[in-house]
Amino acid sequence: MFDVIVVGGGHAGSEAALAAARMGADTLLVTQNIETLGQMSCNPAIGGIGKSHLVREIDALGGVMAEAADAAGIHFRVLNARKGPAVRATRAQTDRQLYKQFIRARLENQPGLRIFQQSVDDLIVEGDRVVGVVTQMQQRFMARSVILTVGTFLGGIIHVGLNQQSGGRAGDSASNRLADRLRELPFAVGRLKTGTPPRVDARSVDFSTLTPQPGDQPTPKMSFWSPDGRHPEQVPCHITHTTEKTHDIIRAGLDRSPLYSGVIDGIGPRYCPSIEDKIVRFADKTSHQIFIEPEGLSTHELYPNGISTSLPYDVQIDLLRSIPGFESAHITRPGYAIEYDYFEPKELKSSLETKHLNGLFFAGQINGTTGYEEAGAQGILAGINAVLQARGDPAWSPARSEAYIGVLVDDLITLGTLEPYRMFTSRAEYRLILRQDNADQRLCATARKFGLLSDEQFQAFEQKQEAIDSLKGELKSALVFAGNAAVDAVLREPMHKEYRLSELIKRPEVNLPDLLQAAGRSLPELDVIEQVEIEFKYQGYIDRQTQEISRLKAQQGLVIPLDLDYSLISGLSNEVRQKLAQVKPENIGQAGRISGVTPAAVSLLLVHLKRKGGLVKRAATI
Amino acid sequence: MLRASLKTHPEPNTGDAPATIVAEATPSGHAGISVVRLSGASALAIAQGVVGRISKPRHAYFRSFKTSRGTVFDQGVVLYFRSPNSFTGEDVVEFQGHGGPIVVSTLIQTCVEMGARMARPGEFSERAFLNDKMDLVQLEGVADLIASASEQAAKSALGSLTGIFSKAVNALVTSVIELRIYIEASIDFPEEEIDFLAEPFVLERTTLIEAQLRQILKQAEQGRRLQVGFSIALVGSPNAGKSSVLNRFSGQDSAIVTAIPGTTRDVIREQLLLDGYPIQIADTAGIREATDAIEQEGIARSRQTALMADLSLWIIDVTALDLTPLNLSRSMLEQQLVSAEAVLFKDQATRKRLVVLNKLDLLPESTQRALVDLLAADSDTFTVSAKTGLGWDHLLSGIKRMVGVGDDSESLFSARTRHIVALSEAAHYLAQAKKSLMAGLPGELMAEDLKQVQVALGEITGQVTSDDLLGKIFSSFCIGK
Ligand SMILES: Cc1cc2nc3c(=O)[nH]c(=O)nc-3n(C[C@H](O)[C@H](O)[C@H](O)COP(=O)(O)OP(=O)(O)OC[C@H]3O[C@@H](n4cnc5c(N)ncnc54)[C@H](O)[C@@H]3O)c2cc1C
Ligand SMILES: Nc1nc2c(ncn2[C@@H]2O[C@H](COP(=O)(O)OP(=O)(O)OP(=O)(O)O)[C@@H](O)[C@H]2O)c(=O)[nH]1
Ligand SMILES: [Mg+2]
Repeated sequence: MFDVIVVGGGHAGSEAALAAARMGADTLLVTQNIETLGQMSCNPAIGGIGKSHLVREIDALGGVMAEAADAAGIHFRVLNARKGPAVRATRAQTDRQLYKQFIRARLENQPGLRIFQQSVDDLIVEGDRVVGVVTQMQQRFMARSVILTVGTFLGGIIHVGLNQQSGGRAGDSASNRLADRLRELPFAVGRLKTGTPPRVDARSVDFSTLTPQPGDQPTPKMSFWSPDGRHPEQVPCHITHTTEKTHDIIRAGLDRSPLYSGVIDGIGPRYCPSIEDKIVRFADKTSHQIFIEPEGLSTHELYPNGISTSLPYDVQIDLLRSIPGFESAHITRPGYAIEYDYFEPKELKSSLETKHLNGLFFAGQINGTTGYEEAGAQGILAGINAVLQARGDPAWSPARSEAYIGVLVDDLITLGTLEPYRMFTSRAEYRLILRQDNADQRLCATARKFGLLSDEQFQAFEQKQEAIDSLKGELKSALVFAGNAAVDAVLREPMHKEYRLSELIKRPEVNLPDLLQAAGRSLPELDVIEQVEIEFKYQGYIDRQTQEISRLKAQQGLVIPLDLDYSLISGLSNEVRQKLAQVKPENIGQAGRISGVTPAAVSLLLVHLKRKGGLVKRAATI
Repeated sequence: MLRASLKTHPEPNTGDAPATIVAEATPSGHAGISVVRLSGASALAIAQGVVGRISKPRHAYFRSFKTSRGTVFDQGVVLYFRSPNSFTGEDVVEFQGHGGPIVVSTLIQTCVEMGARMARPGEFSERAFLNDKMDLVQLEGVADLIASASEQAAKSALGSLTGIFSKAVNALVTSVIELRIYIEASIDFPEEEIDFLAEPFVLERTTLIEAQLRQILKQAEQGRRLQVGFSIALVGSPNAGKSSVLNRFSGQDSAIVTAIPGTTRDVIREQLLLDGYPIQIADTAGIREATDAIEQEGIARSRQTALMADLSLWIIDVTALDLTPLNLSRSMLEQQLVSAEAVLFKDQATRKRLVVLNKLDLLPESTQRALVDLLAADSDTFTVSAKTGLGWDHLLSGIKRMVGVGDDSESLFSARTRHIVALSEAAHYLAQAKKSLMAGLPGELMAEDLKQVQVALGEITGQVTSDDLLGKIFSSFCIGK
């Protein structure tokens, strides 16, 4: 009997298993193939806009993804550097092998975690509870809670041209038994689709005509915890473009495209369209950008980012060779599209436990998301909650104002999704507060409480907080006086009276390191300075969002019973009633975010709960 | 390094308490005084911003009311009720002024500027209920009240806008969304060759929206001043008795009445007070197929007046209908009205309207009685005699219901105040967005302000759901590495 069983060793599964074991739960990770632990199915990159925010949060919760990206990253870039600290993001191009190795090592060395290579074919259900799993070899493993993280594998079908075959991703078999079994259970199942570009042998590419794109210097770190010098050798990426000829070739091949001949009915991500999609939908664009990314340090394989395709192999070759630099390219692996099952995420609680079956958690791609970071974020949350559930403790999920993880989960369970869901910063209404730089401030205390952080990690965090507080105090108390030439130079105008440093730092043209130096103060670590500077400069905005958040918090604290009969609430329109009944919101805050639920409907709900004496105020988890 | 420092609204810090709300709470039938109620944790602080220091609960202070810029706009009594001993159970301040509608809306606007939010219809009662300030009997009504009030608010939110105004606001929202698409796309897709933040058109568009917004705000404020009351148009066929109805409203011979169809040639307007609320009522030329150019022009004006009015009273000569006690039924009545309406209004969509069957006195007693019975429960068809005054009170109460006088629901007037408050709020955030754009501050700040502009305008259009910005980005730009 285990506390927690995790099924699937992808990005969701790895974080889930590690988190559960770190919390002290007796954990079993069952996965199809130990060789593919931590495998990146598609682009060997971690991070990017919105996604690196998730990675930092996973990291603050003691997860592995950021550290693996640091250890495997061979090309780092900071995106949106000038658009502000809240939307700034980090992206790492990784060595696929190094990444996998790091994840596997972490899993294998995690105390309390056992790994077993088998396909899971069935769940053991007792009443309304899942109590274990059955493997392909008919072994039965029992557990208090079970987390499914089987990615794109359920009923997976791979398409190349009009040719199709069963598979979970190229080279792996699909999970059809388990898919069939899940379809028998009361879950709402849909089909989604995603795709990947052909890979190319670098030796067949002419780089002389391509624009190199070096990584950023100094090389940024993803993890709060990575020691200096963890990065391997850094290499450049390259940029090229499709040509008119490429587009002609694609158009001529559309009759054999599974997308355009109606073979695929799963819905693909709009922000990650195949090249054939781009050419059909934006017909007037004569060229599309392609980033050429190395797959690793020890391989010649390249990942041409921007030409995901499921056209037939012969068309893939022709279109590739019409691209500058690729005139005699050799394809090592054809591009393909994959269709797979996913479950309606509105049927999940914010803990990622299913509403239909207790003790069963879903995380990752099977909830309708796409991306390693989105999967990892759900994985760590499911891992934590599976343990809490096994112990009989209350569930935890960060609020929308607390973490992108909260935004992700709340969007999924409240709005559902019709296409693969990817994180963007514009999804977060408290964007100015949910920054990469303060993920530790937002989450480390909680992580510590759950036992997710080591003593050293938590100490490092506390030291940083102390340094931040002391710098803030210093700025508020330290005075500079008229006639201080060094400070005048930083201000670009003379002072006529004395000022506190905290007043001066609010001026847009002043930056904190310069000011500290001019005022003869010592400079703490850069990340400490950055924190403090943002807090002072953004104070007006942050205060306003904080106000909104405290209201949200009050609403989150008003709990709605899961079994509330919405047909009894007078005054609600049928449409609103149906929507509420489908989502079964956990609290008043969530109810108000369901599309079509008006403030008046929320009022009616409140009045109803109050009348029934069911209005329970619970301390919100913010 | 990063550069930004902007002030936002000075919202008082109230922890996790619900927002402090403000609205007019004038009891019906109290023409001459108006009561504005503030409720919530910062009620006292906000009130002190308007009237200076007050402290003693349940003590009547006589004070001047000042705007946030310090201009005195009214004088009156201020009462403070400390939580939990108040109507809502929260801290409550009530202002009792003499002022008419403009003063009331200035007071509300001032409170909003100081951090309050305009209350939704029924919200005071809702809070009272949630704070255990209502007993079981009162309690039953609360849900119904919120449901009906919100329905009415939804209607009046757009219904109170004239066609032109609502078009202008919608156009504004569209421009804001378009601008946000560029800004958010630049932020969320920095590697897609669509970085617009530095493009000159972003500032151009912002400036354009600013001008648009200023124009609408001016119009709205003007509209509030010129037409603070509720406007009613009297329309119908020639000789139906429209002028007679006007005269009964005004209590004098405002319009010429003759037995000749086509007597009224132009629009005649009268001002009057209904339970203290200003009402503007317009008599119009009877609508028919006219050949005479003067009459044609008059009829065009009738249609226009009906279109612009908050409420149309459709006057019908009841003797022109084919009614007997025997054939009388709802469906038959409706059928006759539908065909008559088709002739009168063609495809012109009248907004709110009440049907007034006039000349009731000319029907035989038995038919009168049957008709009155049939329509007893009907809230939008009335039977009257402009000549004898038969059924007049019933009609008045129907109109009051539409105006929103005397109940807890959103009156048209407060809906207009709401619009002005929302437009000013939008203008504030837009100015801030422009400022940060021009100062070269990080784009995320402008993005945040523009979002607030859209949120504020959403108060007018009543849009509560998210607008799928990402969806619009995907359909506007080719995204996807
Ligand atoms: C072709 C393709 C293209 C993609 N393109 C993109 C893209 O463009 N952008 C993007 O962001 N993401 C893309 N992805 C998605 C990305 O790979 C996933 O989002 C991410 O891997 C999901 O992580 P996961 O942990 O949910 O599942 P996965 O990484 O798929 O891991 C699932 C794990 O479960 C194991 N497993 C499956 N069935 C069983 C079973 N019955 N018993 C035991 N173990 C089982 C598998 O072996 C695997 O280890 C693509 C994926 C594919 C396959
Ligand atoms: N008996 C009776 N006669 C009425 C009533 N209302 C109006 N009349 C008569 O109907 C005739 C037309 O009345 P008006 O008020 O001028 O009608 P109108 O709709 O303004 O007509 P136009 O201006 O020509 O479009 C006059 O002779 C009125 O006296 C009523 O309630 N009862
Ligand atoms: Mg007339």
